[in-house]
Amino acid sequence: MTQPFLKVEALAKRYPGPAGKPANTVFENIHFGIAKGEFACIVGHSGCGKTTILNVLAGLDEASEGVVIMDGREVRGPSLDRGVVFQGHALLPWLSTLKNVEFGVRSRWPQWTPKQIEAHSIRYLEMVGLGHALHKKPAELSGGMKQRVGIARAFAIQPKMLLLDEPFGALDALTRGTIQDELLAIVQATHQTVFMITHDVDEAILLADKVLLMSNGPHARIAEIVDITMPRDRSRATIHHDPQYYRIRNHLVDFLVNRSRDYAAGAPAAAAHDPRNPPLVRPGLEGGAEVLPLPAGAAPAAPQLKPVSSASA
Amino acid sequence: MRSARPWLAPLLSALFLALLVGVWYLATYQPAAEATVDSEYAALVGQAASTGAKSAMPTPGEVGAKLWEHLSDPFYDRGTNDKGIGIQLLYSIGRVLLGFGLAALVAIPLGFVIGMSPLIYKALDPFIQVLKPVSPLAWMPLALYTIKDSGISAIFVIFICSLWPMLVNTAFGVAGVRRDWLNVARTLEVSRLRTAFQVILPAAAPTIMTGMRISIGIAWLVIVAAEMLVGGTGIGYFVWNEWNNLSIANIISAILFIGLIGMALDTLLARLARAVTYRE
Ligand SMILES: Nc1ncnc2c1ncn2[C@@H]1O[C@H](COP(=O)(O)OP(=O)(O)OP(=O)(O)O)[C@@H](O)[C@H]1O
Ligand SMILES: [Mg+2]
Repeated sequence: MTQPFLKVEALAKRYPGPAGKPANTVFENIHFGIAKGEFACIVGHSGCGKTTILNVLAGLDEASEGVVIMDGREVRGPSLDRGVVFQGHALLPWLSTLKNVEFGVRSRWPQWTPKQIEAHSIRYLEMVGLGHALHKKPAELSGGMKQRVGIARAFAIQPKMLLLDEPFGALDALTRGTIQDELLAIVQATHQTVFMITHDVDEAILLADKVLLMSNGPHARIAEIVDITMPRDRSRATIHHDPQYYRIRNHLVDFLVNRSRDYAAGAPAAAAHDPRNPPLVRPGLEGGAEVLPLPAGAAPAAPQLKPVSSASA
Repeated sequence: MRSARPWLAPLLSALFLALLVGVWYLATYQPAAEATVDSEYAALVGQAASTGAKSAMPTPGEVGAKLWEHLSDPFYDRGTNDKGIGIQLLYSIGRVLLGFGLAALVAIPLGFVIGMSPLIYKALDPFIQVLKPVSPLAWMPLALYTIKDSGISAIFVIFICSLWPMLVNTAFGVAGVRRDWLNVARTLEVSRLRTAFQVILPAAAPTIMTGMRISIGIAWLVIVAAEMLVGGTGIGYFVWNEWNNLSIANIISAILFIGLIGMALDTLLARLARAVTYRE
């Protein structure tokens, strides 16, 4: 197997504990890789350290231990190679929609003329359906529109990798669905490599090639990697007709509800778990819930999956 | 509150003004004087007051006549102690703008540095905390001694008193710029200089403008006192001079003009503040 495009090795984050107490370990021993063009989602309970991991990938935060290697180079500090869509959209409120996107584009291609910068930015805003709101200020936009501008701003710099922190968390279900469709279409067309945090299991299944399941903190780790084996040309309208969908969904929900806390130090699942090679599971395939051996080492047994019917979900 | 009557507040204002003038009139009314009061008489009395012949509290009519006199010829210049009120006001405005402008040139860049660097903030904080509460007039003797020029000393005093609100507000605004916006600039690899001008400055601009508005208000308060001390020109000196002449009507006119100019300066800064305010 070749080196993945993005490689995270032995990442740990510790905050100094109160005087005299041992340090506070949010997560440790985080290992995973993302291939070029792959869409990876990370799912886990609140506070387990997802945002921290994303910020380390973005270069905005520093890990206490471990390295992140992207495209053969160690990540040190932020870069235009990694576009970030922030949870709170983080648009500059004194700039119009267009100027917000241009702000990044100008930085990416400083030699471009203002005309080129504008045309390029408009193209990306039209891509997210905001061609009519170029000159509106963020305060005049709805939550969904703001998030779209954030996505356009990140895409417009054509980064090698896109990092999204719960981009749709604050949106209502209807708007979320629409933007998910747009993101899906854009990603399918551009083969963008994506790392995304989400709390929404359905969103993860719709968008991701693989889902990283994170156990509860402190001392959180990647418990399992779930391969989303459904064909790539998914759509929100038809995805639930696929029998794989409910198997995967049940597996993810079961993890979040029942198993995510089994990895604390001393718990039986933790003892059998090798964080360097988290088990890769394919719950979508019939009998795929069992562990597939990874090339790098022997993986321990995954928890047994109860048989499910589509009616139960 | 009913918003359907926009004329109600101005009407009440006019009523209060009438009430004030009425009370004032009754308080200064002298039955011994001639029974008929016409404009000619008012003008006469006004003149008498300005020459110092009459030292009693002026009536509204006298002050009105005085005001009219000032307004009809504000810019005459007949020597050191006899300049039009317009000229005196211009001297004061000039000093305030100069001192305030110089203070802005120092306070805003320095505030930027303080706001961006916690280390420099900590290092300079004791100085700021000690110097800020000092009355600007306390600097006056020191300024007169070192600068040896009364006009420049007045400007220095304005500089000192305008400095602190702008400095503190700029530092506060810059330090409080949302992390998210800075992170956006960082992930887009925007240079530090561009980040300062295109992210931090606009983000902190409303706070900085608030500081500037406070500063110019204080500067306008202080200039009157400063000019009373240094003498020569300016509205403060004018007031002091008219006190020596015992011309209360002139003093009241000056107070009115000082208030109006102060309001104009504040309105101007408020306009500017509105121009840089953004909604989140
Ligand atoms: N400055 C800090 N000092 C100590 N602990 C911190 C600090 N910042 C974050 N943490 C801890 O790090 C952990 C991970 O935070 P993070 O924001 O990455 O969680 P998350 O998985 O993104 O949660 P959510 O899903 O709620 O966004 C939290 O438990 C938090 O308490
Ligand atoms: Mg988070």
